Amino acid sequence: MNQQSITKPYEKAVVEVKNLSVFFNQNEAVKKVNLSIPINKVTAIIGPSGCGKSTLLRSINRMHDFEPIARLEGNIFLEGEDILLKSVDAVSLRRKIGMVFQKPNPFPKTIYENILWGPKINGFKINEDELVEQSLRQAAIWDEVKGRLFDSAISLSGGQQQRLCIARTIAMKPKVILMDEPCSALDPRSTGRIEDLILELKNEYTIVIVTHNMQQAARISDYTAFFYDGELIEYGNTSKIFTTPVLKQTEDYISGRFG
Amino acid sequence: MERRWQRRSPVLFDWLRKNLSTQAQTMPLYIRIKEKIIVFFLAASSFVSVFITALIIYILFSESAGFFKKVPLGDFLFGTRWSPLLEPASYGVLPLINGTFLVTAGALIIALPVGLLTAIYLSEYASNKTRQFLKPVLEILSGIPTVVYGYFALTFITPILQTIIPITEVFNAASASIVVGIMTLPIITSLSDDALQTVPRSLREGAYALGATRFEVSTQIVLISALPRVGASVILAVSRAIGETMAVTLAAGATPKMTANIFESVQTMTAYIVEVSLGDTPQGTIGYQTSFAVGLLLFIITLTLNFMAQRLLYKKKH
Repeated sequence: MNQQSITKPYEKAVVEVKNLSVFFNQNEAVKKVNLSIPINKVTAIIGPSGCGKSTLLRSINRMHDFEPIARLEGNIFLEGEDILLKSVDAVSLRRKIGMVFQKPNPFPKTIYENILWGPKINGFKINEDELVEQSLRQAAIWDEVKGRLFDSAISLSGGQQQRLCIARTIAMKPKVILMDEPCSALDPRSTGRIEDLILELKNEYTIVIVTHNMQQAARISDYTAFFYDGELIEYGNTSKIFTTPVLKQTEDYISGRFG
Repeated sequence: MERRWQRRSPVLFDWLRKNLSTQAQTMPLYIRIKEKIIVFFLAASSFVSVFITALIIYILFSESAGFFKKVPLGDFLFGTRWSPLLEPASYGVLPLINGTFLVTAGALIIALPVGLLTAIYLSEYASNKTRQFLKPVLEILSGIPTVVYGYFALTFITPILQTIIPITEVFNAASASIVVGIMTLPIITSLSDDALQTVPRSLREGAYALGATRFEVSTQIVLISALPRVGASVILAVSRAIGETMAVTLAAGATPKMTANIFESVQTMTAYIVEVSLGDTPQGTIGYQTSFAVGLLLFIITLTLNFMAQRLLYKKKH
């Protein structure tokens, strides 16, 4: 067992991860993790490749349901309700917890339909035009696409596609947005725009972002969790983690000595 | 060991060293000749199929030319009575096309929904175990000789149809449709399943992340994304159904007719060619040439369909 230093945020937690372990067959990818995600903040999860950070993220919206070899132990509470219980419907859970993926994955439909697909299949009562405009504006892409809402989303650039995917996610008005390395496939300029966007969005949403890019974590997050080999090593205020980390292991990773 | 000419002409030696491959330098002459001969035979055998195809097309055209000298193209394509062997002779091919498309449409009514649903089940719902069992079983269907299907239609399906719908004739389009539908099922299932499998996992995850059910993801995202390839599989199945011969000859009968009633006997283009080939129509007569004209038409139809399918398969993504 590695040394740990965990400082719980003082804000109210939206998601509370308790003693979570994730196994793929016999391999334990996430080991007894306790993590509380504060409301309307950006929480960054950093750590070297294969340390279990994406696995943890995908547990929060039950994406492992499609993985027959995955087994989860422990609890994840969303506003007090344990979402890992068999009785919890993963489909309705995912309405409340949106996700943005590593590679932009717009549907091969028009920009307009991409936004509306989620609310429509879930039977939300909506004003279509209004929701499309509002979501695209919030995702800071409205000005670029307002003239071609009925073009295929595939015709957009990579950065635009990713902002469309964010717009599609916020059209569902989720409580939490999970982002799995959302900028790793984008150029620096698009990355900058998405980072600005994340800072905007935290006023309304709680954001958990997995990133490989430590500068990115330092720039946009309020709290940072450092993972190593499936364990949560250090968790606390981002400024503190990046300036005066408690543990040597965290310091070594952040200063680029390994990972 | 340096040879004398190398010393005398270093420029030539350098040139030779650059321009001969290392293989050519080290391989003895007889091996190089042997390689050449092997390549020649390999290339020659691959050209055999090209040559045979060209020959068949040539014969189709040249024999049909004789037919079209006597019968105007318009009369052939738009005539509604087909009676080339009996007086008064008439060469309107529409009844044969009608028979072919009646059987094909019936086959599609069975193969399209069952095939697509099976493909969706295999690709999106079935566990690996089920998949590994179901796919080979489906592929066995395409290994059954078509004459067996024809016999099965005639002796098993038709009697059942006759008890349910008494007006059913002994030879009828319906039972032919059913077996052709079963025959083309593996094509639709297998190719559509492959098409669905090519849809990237990230697209499915994106849809699930918005609170979609498995059925919504399968039908509204995966199937839609794979639609061009699924369309290609359906076209290939249609092409196969149109070209199907043995089962329809046995089950659908030999009565060229303009009818939409699937419980009547009809004749397909392929079944007509069989009739002429088996009969004692003398070579060189117009009756004999009709089968080439019909064959040419059949060839053009299936070629067009296959070409369309290829276009869909290799269409650039959006």
